[in-house]
Order: sequence, then C-alpha cells, then structure tokens
Amino acid sequence: MLNFIARRILIAIPTIVLVSIFVFVLQKLLPGDPILVLAGEERDPVVIEALREKYRLNDPLPLQYFAWAFQALQGNLGISLRTNLPVLDLIGEKLPVTLQLAAMAMTFALAIGIPAGIMAAVKKGTWWDYAATGLALWGLSIPNFFLGIMLIFLVSVQLNWLPASGYVSPAESLSQNLRTLVMPAFVLGNALAASIMRHTRSAMLGVLKQDYVRTARAKGLLERVVIMRHALRNALVPVVTVATLLFGELLAGAVLTEQIFTIPGFGKLIVDAVFNRDYAVVQGVVLCTAIGYIGLNLLADVLYVVLNPRLRTR
Amino acid sequence: MSLALDTAAATASTAPRSRVWGKLLRNRSALVGGFVVLLFALIATLGPWILPWDPVKTSWTAVRKAPSLVNWFGTDELGRDVLARVVYGAQASLMAGVVSVSIAIVIGGPLGVIAGYFGGWTDSIISRCTEAMLACPFLILAIALGSVLGPSLVNAMIAIGIAAAPLFIRLTRGQTLTVKTEDYVEGARAVGLPHRWIIIRYILPNIFAPILVQATLIVAQAIIAEASLSFLGLGQQPPSPSWGAMLNTGKNFVQQGQWWMSVFPGVAIFLTVLGFNLLGDGLRDALDPRES
Repeated sequence: MLNFIARRILIAIPTIVLVSIFVFVLQKLLPGDPILVLAGEERDPVVIEALREKYRLNDPLPLQYFAWAFQALQGNLGISLRTNLPVLDLIGEKLPVTLQLAAMAMTFALAIGIPAGIMAAVKKGTWWDYAATGLALWGLSIPNFFLGIMLIFLVSVQLNWLPASGYVSPAESLSQNLRTLVMPAFVLGNALAASIMRHTRSAMLGVLKQDYVRTARAKGLLERVVIMRHALRNALVPVVTVATLLFGELLAGAVLTEQIFTIPGFGKLIVDAVFNRDYAVVQGVVLCTAIGYIGLNLLADVLYVVLNPRLRTR
Repeated sequence: MSLALDTAAATASTAPRSRVWGKLLRNRSALVGGFVVLLFALIATLGPWILPWDPVKTSWTAVRKAPSLVNWFGTDELGRDVLARVVYGAQASLMAGVVSVSIAIVIGGPLGVIAGYFGGWTDSIISRCTEAMLACPFLILAIALGSVLGPSLVNAMIAIGIAAAPLFIRLTRGQTLTVKTEDYVEGARAVGLPHRWIIIRYILPNIFAPILVQATLIVAQAIIAEASLSFLGLGQQPPSPSWGAMLNTGKNFVQQGQWWMSVFPGVAIFLTVLGFNLLGDGLRDALDPRES
C-alpha cells in the first residue's frame, strides 16, 4: 500500500512541475507590465531598471522560472498589487470560507444524490427511476448562477426566509453563518448531486446483478438488508472516489456562486484579481487550485484501493 | 489489398449506421433534445429576421417594464426589449458552444491521435501536458485564459476551446490506442502504407463516433462556460446581447421583484443545455454496442 502511495506521489510530481510551468508562462503572457504599476506614476527609468533587476526580469526566462519556482516552494507566491499583502496570506484568509461552502455543498450533494441513486436503481424502470433520472438531468443542465438568482427571488425576496447575500464568520455567529451559506451550498451542490445520483444508480445496477446479492436474497434476507448491507457497501466504493474527484469541481463552481451571493471566498478572490489585473493573485490561485486538484486525484486513487479489499491485498 | 483493408475498415465504421439511426429515432428523450437544439438554432438564425425589435435600442420611457402584450418578455434597465435580446443572445451562445468545441477538436484531436498512434516519448510528453491542463478545473482555466486574452466573445470562445482541448486529447488518444490494434490497421502497416494515410483513412473514421458524442456533451458545457464568462464580464461585451451578461444585469433587480430580466435568459440557457445533454446521452446510447 505504501509503495502504491509513493508511486502515485512520484507520478504527481511531473504534473505539478508542468502546472507550475504553465502558470509561469501564463504570467508572462498577461497583458501589461507589472513593473510599470510598481514604478508609480512618475515611471522613472532608473527606478524601472532597478525594479527589473530586483525582480530578475532581465534574466533569461528559464532562470526566471527557477527563481520563481524556488520562491513558490518556500511559500512565497508574490505580493498582491492591489492589497500589498502576500498572495499566500490572501489565499489562507479566503480558502477556509470556500472550503466550508464546498463541504456544505458536498453534504447536500451526498444527502440527495446517494438516496436518489439507490431508489432509481432498486426501482429501475418505474416512476421513481424516471423522476430521479429527470432530476439529475435538470441538475446537470441548470447553470448554478441562474439557480442562485431564482432561489434569491423565491426564498429571500418572496418568502423572506434566508438572507439574499453576505457572509458571517462562524466565529461571530454560527447560526448566522449557516443561514448565509445554506442557499449558496445548495446551489453549488446541485449539479454535484446530479452526478453522484447517476454514479450511484449505475454502480448499484452493476452490483445488484452480482451473484452475492442473488445469494443474499436466496438466503431469505430482508430486501432492505440486501440493499443496505450487501449491495450499497460495494456500490459506494466508486461513488466515494468520484465524490472525492468532484470536490475539486466545487472550487471552480464556487467562483460563480460566491459572486452571486457576495461571499468573500477563494472564487471571489480570483474574479476580483482578474478585474484588478492583480496577476500574482491569479497565478497563485490557479497554482493552488491545480495542486489541490492533483492532491484530490491522489486521494481518490488511494481511497479506491483502501476501500476495495481485492486491490488492497495486491 | 488496399481495397480489402478499405472494406474491413468501412465495415467497422459504417455497418451499424442504420442501426444507430434506428436507435436514435426510437429514443424519445434524444428526439426531444434534438428538437430543442434545432428550435434554438432556428431562433438564432431566423429570429433576427422576424422580430420587429432592435436588441440594442434603448427607450427611457419603457425602463424595466414587466412582460406585456407589447413587450412579451418585458424590458430591461435601459428599456431594451428582453425577447429581442434573448433571441439575439441565442446567436452568441450557440456560436460560442459550437466554435469553442470546434477549436477544442482542432487542437485536441490531432494531438490525441499522434499520442495514441505513435506512442513512446511523443505520447508521454503529450499525456503529461494533458494531465497538467486537466489538473486545473475547466472554468478556472477558462477564466485565467480569458484574463490573458482580454474580454470579448471571440476571446471567450478561444479560452473555452483551449480549456476543453485536453478532454479531446484524452478521448482521441484512448480511441486511437484501441483502433490501432485492429487487424485492418495492422494490415495497412504491413503493406507499408504511410502513417499519414493510415491515420486519415483508417483511424479517423473509426474514432469519429465517440468524438461526436463527446462534442455534443461538451457543447452544453461550453454554452454554460460562455454564459459564465459573460456573467463575470469576460465574454460578450455590452451593448451586444448575451444570456450570461443579461443574467448578471438581471440579478441586480431580482431583489426588487423584477424577475423577467433574469428568468427568460436563464430559461433559454437551461433549455439549450438540456437539449444538448439529451441529444448527447441519446447519441451515446445509440452508438454503444452494449445497449440493446
């Protein structure tokens, strides 16, 4: 098992290196010269040249990359041009907000997707199946920013149940924090619930055809026991790994959800950075997202082996 | 010999065509999806000729009017007709979906075929680069590329196309790996046909079907991505209409109960994406030999 994990980490390293090259090239392609911004309105040529030397911009590109990568490895992702704060500090401040939102969205997605997938598979070809499959298609087709706007209109404006926007930190008030995040989490988890429902249905349909399920039924076990203890436990193996992979998608989905509900998270950070041409932040966010995504891929692979006894013994 | 190879390859690629059509036409949800896509394509192409309203003409006497017999979908914050903007917005959305997927296929298809067919170092380099690009979520990548290229519909299409290209590289590589072990490809190699000819004549026709399915499903994602970029201000620029930008403006007025500026463009995105998803699912089922 440790060999397997070590091998997967070794495979992930070149991918991370390539992502870092990609992010570095992206920075070089960005329009505008950040040195001119740093030089201020006077744009003194001596100051500009000194800044170019300081940031090693006169060096050849490969040397610039190695210098940048060395700094990044030490946790220095640069300074935000707009806030003058280290990029890593900004990410560290915003990421917990998005992680809480993503965790709540994942809870919604699992709570809706798994039971719906089980019902659709167990009652295949019935009204239950068509309803769950239809709902999944709806979830995959509705853009989350449209769903968010409609929920604000219905739940906040018409029914006045939940706040339309804003964010309260859990340290300030946990109940207010949950009230501000319930609707965005539902919106963010909606498409995920649809994907998880489809995977659960497909995995359950495969497992229900297996001999051990037929044997369990032949032994006279209650259908509920056959489904929950024998079929579901095996069907959940691929679902857990898929859910782990999909957790990364939530970071991308959060960009729009945070914009609609004015949540000061990771997604809003990248959008604000793009519009303020705060390239160090864009670069830092893309790099951190990619590394997080690679980490989740690794976790999914490991979980698949951990949860699957046949692979564990190999 | 070449004729025999052609016949074998043609049998593999075209023999089930009538069966595929039969299955597709029997699949009601695929038909509904196809109908919705066709309807929006007609709206996008013919709508501007039929509609009497100008989508960018403002009217200060008709600002934020609710749907009525005069303005069926109401008017927006500048008094522009929402129906006209939804119809003209269909052009931008459908064009963005189709063009960005075409860009993705043009970039990803050849790279995937080269990686799968030649293998070795070529495959390793292309595959590692693909994995690196896939490590970045689709929308974040599109936003990052959009910020490099600058805000416009054309740049949004290019950004989405580049962000979607790795999906096609992975698919075409996998399909090529399967097809290149078929007897007719081995035979073509054995008689000394050039690689380029083998790829064009024997590989491409046999990997076309899964690419078509993937393309249909990714058009749906690309339409959402374009709407997302326009929603964020990185796509179609005002005053030209776009569903995503309309939703961005509409959201500011929802809290005042003025729902029509958001509902109509939102429903248009939803129906178009649903149509492509239904059609894509239907195509996948029809082309899957395991489905009876």
